Amino acid sequence: MEEPNLSYVYNMSGGNKEFEQKLIGIMKTEFPEEKKEYFENIAAGNFSEVAKNVHKLKHKIIILGLEKSYALAARYEDNLLKDSVEGKEDFEAVLQNMTKFLDSL
Amino acid sequence: MNCIIIDDEATARAIISQLCAEEPNATVLEEFPNAIQAIKFLNQNEVDLIFLDIHMPDFTGFDFIETIKNPPKTILTTSDPNFAIQAFEYDCIVDYLVKPITEERFKKAISKAESSSLPLSNPYVSEDEKTSEKVEGKSGNDLYVNIDRRLIKIDIPSIYLVEAKGDYIFIKTENKNYTVHSTLKKMEEKLPDSLFLKVHRSYIINTKKIIDIEDNSVLIKKDVIPVSRSNRPELMKRLNLL
Repeated sequence: MEEPNLSYVYNMSGGNKEFEQKLIGIMKTEFPEEKKEYFENIAAGNFSEVAKNVHKLKHKIIILGLEKSYALAARYEDNLLKDSVEGKEDFEAVLQNMTKFLDSL
Repeated sequence: MNCIIIDDEATARAIISQLCAEEPNATVLEEFPNAIQAIKFLNQNEVDLIFLDIHMPDFTGFDFIETIKNPPKTILTTSDPNFAIQAFEYDCIVDYLVKPITEERFKKAISKAESSSLPLSNPYVSEDEKTSEKVEGKSGNDLYVNIDRRLIKIDIPSIYLVEAKGDYIFIKTENKNYTVHSTLKKMEEKLPDSLFLKVHRSYIINTKKIIDIEDNSVLIKKDVIPVSRSNRPELMKRLNLL
């Protein structure tokens, strides 16, 4: 599994530590909410809503430098739109990886 | 430029806001997590530029644009590059940024917005007037055609080609094709001039969907359509030629 990083955040901040902390803070708050919504929709079998959740989560995946995981999420999103959950386990492993990383910040 | 940001993701709003802070000519007046709130703000404030997410719950970025009469310049922001073609159907859209947005690409988009010929405007918003300005002149966004005794709705901007075939016309859209008992002349009367042009006695094309033009033919999707000599000057006039 590839390792998350903050390269994008650092590039975006241009050394502005206040912004870095603000952005990380927003992600730490927003990510668990998005993840919760994803799992609720998965439990309800509402695949079109799950696809929207995955779509939104893709942005955070790429912000954390997870390029392979982003491609995996994009495929999973496509599958969901066809009512298939192929790629679910791999995607949820990505979420776990991100959770661990954001918790460590 | 007075800007607003519309995105349901707080992370995205924070990034765009930070990028605007680095631009001397861009001031963020307000951020909105949904388009409905932004419409109310636009009614009461002068806005020159909107950063608009496409994928939002309930009301998408495209829904938002179609709700506004005279929308300000708009830069679309999305994780999905597949909407680029659709974006070009809207005159107000000056650029299309795929997330994650980089500083370099953002500067380019701001530069495009500044040099765009659309006037910096105070939009008048009416939730009752949900018809896109480009097509409202003739028949709104929808066209109903009679097929097998059923009236089928076709989204006009999605039509890219209409072909005359004897007593029938063949309508090709982004998603589906339709064969209708009618004439090209009747169809021409129903389509907005701003999007469609009769390029040949048997063909009407959506000029926004042109891929390329060679001698006396245009390529639209995978269709090569002849252009008659008499219609070519009008076609050339419609193009944004360099």
